[in-house]
Amino acid sequence: MYKIFKILMYAGGFFFLMASCEKANTLTSAKVSSDTLDKEVAITPDVKMVLINGGEYQPFYGTDSSLVEVKDFLLDERPVTNAEFLDFVKKNPKWKRSKIKALFADDTYLQDWQDDETLPKNADPEAAVTFVSWFAAKAYAKAAGKRLPTLDEWEYVAMADEESANARDKPTYSAHLINLYNEKDRQKNKVKSSAPNYWGVYNMFDLVWEWTDDFNSIMTTSDSRTAEFDDKGLFCASAATSTTDVLNYASFMRYAFRSSLKASYTVGNLGFRCAKDTTNSTK
Amino acid sequence: MKRIVTCFTLALLTLQACKQNPSENSSAKSENTMDIAVSGDAINQSIVNPPMLPAPIGDRAAKKVVVRLEATEEVGELADGVTYKFWTFNSTVPGTFIRIRVGDEVELHVTNRSDSVMPHNIDLHAVNGPGGGAEATNVAPGKEAIFNFKALNPGLYVYHCAAAPVPLHIANGMYGLILVEPAGGLPKVDREYYVMQGEFYTKGKTDEKGLQEFDQDKGVDERPTYVVFNGKKNALMGANALEAKVGETVRFFVGNGGPNLVSSFHVIGEIFDRVYVEGGSKINENVQTTVIPAGGAAIVEFKVEEPGNYIIVDHSIFRAFNKGAIGMLKVTGEKNPKIYNKVQ
Repeated sequence: MYKIFKILMYAGGFFFLMASCEKANTLTSAKVSSDTLDKEVAITPDVKMVLINGGEYQPFYGTDSSLVEVKDFLLDERPVTNAEFLDFVKKNPKWKRSKIKALFADDTYLQDWQDDETLPKNADPEAAVTFVSWFAAKAYAKAAGKRLPTLDEWEYVAMADEESANARDKPTYSAHLINLYNEKDRQKNKVKSSAPNYWGVYNMFDLVWEWTDDFNSIMTTSDSRTAEFDDKGLFCASAATSTTDVLNYASFMRYAFRSSLKASYTVGNLGFRCAKDTTNSTK
Repeated sequence: MKRIVTCFTLALLTLQACKQNPSENSSAKSENTMDIAVSGDAINQSIVNPPMLPAPIGDRAAKKVVVRLEATEEVGELADGVTYKFWTFNSTVPGTFIRIRVGDEVELHVTNRSDSVMPHNIDLHAVNGPGGGAEATNVAPGKEAIFNFKALNPGLYVYHCAAAPVPLHIANGMYGLILVEPAGGLPKVDREYYVMQGEFYTKGKTDEKGLQEFDQDKGVDERPTYVVFNGKKNALMGANALEAKVGETVRFFVGNGGPNLVSSFHVIGEIFDRVYVEGGSKINENVQTTVIPAGGAAIVEFKVEEPGNYIIVDHSIFRAFNKGAIGMLKVTGEKNPKIYNKVQ
């Protein structure tokens, strides 16, 4: 039992497995004071949303017995762009760089922008916005009448390659992504300039890491202020994952990245896209 | 009857003694070092590029030591005309040599360069605590983590990145050595060098030119394209060969980052006078080849008596002659025919 756990720890990076198992018992969910996020002025970004047909999927850190059901949902076909985020801060000045509360974004928030309403020099307005915190992403989604995708929703879509909804068993799937992920400065490229996946969704991998609503359900930092902690049993599960998934280094990278984040963090290659329930009711 | 009782008592006593000895020793050691107080101002760990390393600790008292390591992802040369995307600590493979003494309290700053794609962290084998610091130092691009630990056990230890997927972070070059000197320091020698073995797994064959991608299948199969010292084929050859003079004592701090292979470390034409086995406190003498496990280290010491070129190898010899596990120690000075002499 202990041995299996140890092997799992090695494969997954010892650190976050251990801490999250501890945390599952201790972390209490706390809500962000709602009035700060409530009153956004509506925005209407012109982005196509793609219907994702739900289904059961096996989370990366899971066992056969912990299949997770993903309901039908709508997902932005691409990440939010610089131009769109600029429109958002113009209409919602409290999310401007000079106005943002330290609680909601660290000091690199929109750091390359020339001022509150001017995009970075040489930045493509059609490139994905980066240096945005989880709070800012969430506020943007809310203003657009949407929400952030859950980790399960995001990973469900990420199983697809260009031909199939689930390419996890293809050996080339992970190998290709590892080398793609290793490329620097991809975030500077225009959105939608590469091929869409099976669902018609663009840029899941080739531009930026993306925030998910519950990114920290598998993370170690103890910012309980922001954590709607939701232990889906992804983690403390003691059985080994399938061989294919142990070799799925690309997924490991995403989980490792998420576990290094706090909700106020803003990072140069981290952006987001929005999702929506099919019933048209936001979460 | 009396004899049986005596025998039995003796046996019991022996058993008891066997039981107690090891536990006494080990607990006494960590309790004592835990109680060592630090004094004076904090000092900054100097950053010296391998194969060089910071100066000996000597007999200084335990202090607070500030160590700074920056995780980077950068293209570098793996062999002539062959480049690779290395992941490093402080832009070198192996990363900066950390040199402290037992009882020191280390304040470790791990930053991740803002242009990094990946998160990184550090697991130091010299640390007593969960994950060796990995959990406390997991850091996103552009961010910093600060982690304190007290050095309790003297020895030579490996550190490495333990962010998922761990094998990839190590395979890309994220490892180095941390030396915890005993109180009073290690005995003086004339030369010290920092040598660390590691494997690289590339899509192309050995010496195939151009930027080479990581090959996961070769990694899993433990079939490296390169086995090298200090992150590059010929890093310790030619103009970069290590140097010593006849009569000098030489000490190598040798680590093995792996990620997979165990090294059979050997210097052709020399005998290690002393080996700190596995980097610990036990000293073996007169050793030809010492085994260094992946994620392990050894300190080897020898006196050079005769001028010439001494080839440093992993004596799993195909690695040396075909994959790059080769370096050189150039010894200059007077010949001594008594020791070595070609007669005809």
